[in-house]
Amino acid sequence: MKFFSTRAGTWTGFAAAALVLFGLAPLVLSGFRLGLLAQFLCYAIVAVGIGLAWGRGGMLTLGQGVFFGMGAYLMAMHLKMADAEFRGGPGAVPDFMELAGIRELPGYWVPFTSPVFTIAAILLLPTGFAVLLGFAVFKRRVKGAYFAILSQALAGAFAILLIGQQTLGGFNGLSRFRYFFGFNLADPVNQQMLYFIAAGALLVVMAVALQLRRSRYGELLVAVRDGEERVRFLGYDAANIKVVAYAAAALFASIAGAIFVPVVGIISPASIGIIPSIMFILGVAIGGRASLAGPVIGALAVAWAQTALSEQFPSAWTYAQGLLFIAVIALLPGGIASVGALARRLPSKPTAVEAAA
Amino acid sequence: MPLRPKLEARDIARTLAATAAITGLIATAACGSRAGEETVAAESCVDTSGDTVKVGALNSLSGTMSISETTVRDAIYLAVAEINAAGGVQGKEIEIVAEDGASEPTVFAEKAEKLIREDCVAAVFGGWTSASRKAMLPVFEDNDSLLYYPVQYEGLEASPNIFYTGATTNQQIIPALDYLAETGVESLYLVGSDYVFPRTANAIINAYAADHGIEVLGEDYAQLGSVEFSTIVNQVSASGADAVFNTLNGDSNVAFFREYANVGLTPEEMPVMSVSIAEEEVGGIGIENIEGQLAAWNYYQTVESPENAAFVEAFKTEYGDERVTSDPMEAAYNSVYLWAATVEKAGSFAVADIQANADGVSFASPEGTVVINGDNHHVAKTARIGEIRSDGLLYTVWESDGPIEPDPFLEGYDWAAELTVTE
Repeated sequence: MKFFSTRAGTWTGFAAAALVLFGLAPLVLSGFRLGLLAQFLCYAIVAVGIGLAWGRGGMLTLGQGVFFGMGAYLMAMHLKMADAEFRGGPGAVPDFMELAGIRELPGYWVPFTSPVFTIAAILLLPTGFAVLLGFAVFKRRVKGAYFAILSQALAGAFAILLIGQQTLGGFNGLSRFRYFFGFNLADPVNQQMLYFIAAGALLVVMAVALQLRRSRYGELLVAVRDGEERVRFLGYDAANIKVVAYAAAALFASIAGAIFVPVVGIISPASIGIIPSIMFILGVAIGGRASLAGPVIGALAVAWAQTALSEQFPSAWTYAQGLLFIAVIALLPGGIASVGALARRLPSKPTAVEAAA
Repeated sequence: MPLRPKLEARDIARTLAATAAITGLIATAACGSRAGEETVAAESCVDTSGDTVKVGALNSLSGTMSISETTVRDAIYLAVAEINAAGGVQGKEIEIVAEDGASEPTVFAEKAEKLIREDCVAAVFGGWTSASRKAMLPVFEDNDSLLYYPVQYEGLEASPNIFYTGATTNQQIIPALDYLAETGVESLYLVGSDYVFPRTANAIINAYAADHGIEVLGEDYAQLGSVEFSTIVNQVSASGADAVFNTLNGDSNVAFFREYANVGLTPEEMPVMSVSIAEEEVGGIGIENIEGQLAAWNYYQTVESPENAAFVEAFKTEYGDERVTSDPMEAAYNSVYLWAATVEKAGSFAVADIQANADGVSFASPEGTVVINGDNHHVAKTARIGEIRSDGLLYTVWESDGPIEPDPFLEGYDWAAELTVTE
């Protein structure tokens, strides 16, 4: 994989990915499969963020479902408001609230009528929350397993909180979206457009992650991961460095959630709690957390395997998936991305891959 | 020294250029119809020219709901095998495409779309939780396909693309309340899991109670899957209510009834009326904890009719003597027969023909004759109150005079007017 570590190699990789995503995939995949790929690309966007925070920064974030969920619910609220307005004029209540007997639109829903406000909220709210949380946690030097447990507890708490919110659809969540910024979601052409948005967002997010990795900041982040005390002795504030990566991961997850909602058509607490959060991590671990492409490949591979296996063996696919995980972890400790290194009999320790990057 | 993450200017410029290029690409991609314009739903790919017709079975075979939903799948397979043995539908053999909903709403939506668009099935049978149904509903409406949903639920829904073969609230909860009122219950305590069905059920119970002079002494919700019930049971016990109305779901029932028996509450002094406990669940709860308690359904394994005798026997022959049959299984079994009967009546597998011909289609089912209501796509069903006896089965202690017409929006009940807004 040496070639892909060089500047020319990286851009070749990007061009190839763009060609596959924008050219090949729409040609060979049916509308349904393309929609499925769009869903997987959303997982991959989350994975890029985890790769940054965990692979480069050493922060095992077991709670990305929180930020994914924030982005998703913010987008879902706008879509429900747009739908209500379209059916019943300004001030109309979304359909699920009518069924729950809620006649008055809750105040916090009102601003989501505005697309601009919604997009700003998707970009700023989860990021801001991650910055606040990051400062609170990293300034106190909470790290390692403690940070992992904390982030996981947060995902669990967030899902429980949402289940109790009848004005956010409770356990059922929000579904039945008809329009996406004025476009009819039932139209196959618009569904394809959503796929292009997901693919474009993934490439942009990867490019941003790449620039962060290659900058001086990226060097510092790895240094904090490998020797936080030393970095501190050199005069840097390790907490600031970690907060940036954590906030970037939160932003990526939020963008992914926002695209996920119109693609899949439903968001509920079941998609953002502890188990989905662990599935995000799993993809990154399988793919190889330290490289740029590893998390993306892993997330796509895990999601694809899950779908393909469950279609093939509806009642036994969980066993097959378990075997796959065991095989990857036992045979490829550096993840799928380390296949190349392994083939050349190079040491496949993550540190070696990073040094090359 | 504070950190200043330093990004080189040309790197940023490059990223922005890439972003712009991709945005441009998206912008030039053709855009489809706007809001309000009619879209032509994707042409149905159902192919019935051969000797077989494909249908989907979409149940959770993994995850928390798999214990319940695999029993429904078994019932669907049994019905399909029986219909095939009798010559199929319109002379065509039914072929099942099975998919796993994995107890997750998003997976249900994904697999439903796969069954419709990739496998081109004529109809899909399955779903259990309301969350899974709500997730599938837009998929079936957008693709103009059919779902047969076999579980009792909270009502307030009627999609032209869904047939609801389980009970709606006026066929289960209201008869249960009528029964309790008849037996002299003047105060109730409500216990439920925290999701849409118990919350809607309790809203209905509160409205009914206000109108019928029944006092509701308390209303408690436990998180789905919660197994900590000492506080709730103590409150129930202290309230001195005449009866408990239980809308807990799943494992919570095990913990609730153990605790209930533990503190010495008996069915004689404070009976519990449950709406989610069927033959399947009794064994897990432990008969010693639940004997004598009440349940409200439309079907029990012990219903006496030739149709039910044949159904129970066929099921046990196929899946083993130790298996029991329950209400959702029977409703799923019925759903396949109702679909087949509608196809025969319509003489076609097309969705529009089935919708047009569904009204009045009936089936002599194990619970008695069920009839499809063409307006709301629910079925007329007989309500039954059952008592759990020492052999772990439920026995009918009360039943309605014949099938009750489905009324998902409770339009025929004056006291329920405040509950719902109908379009």
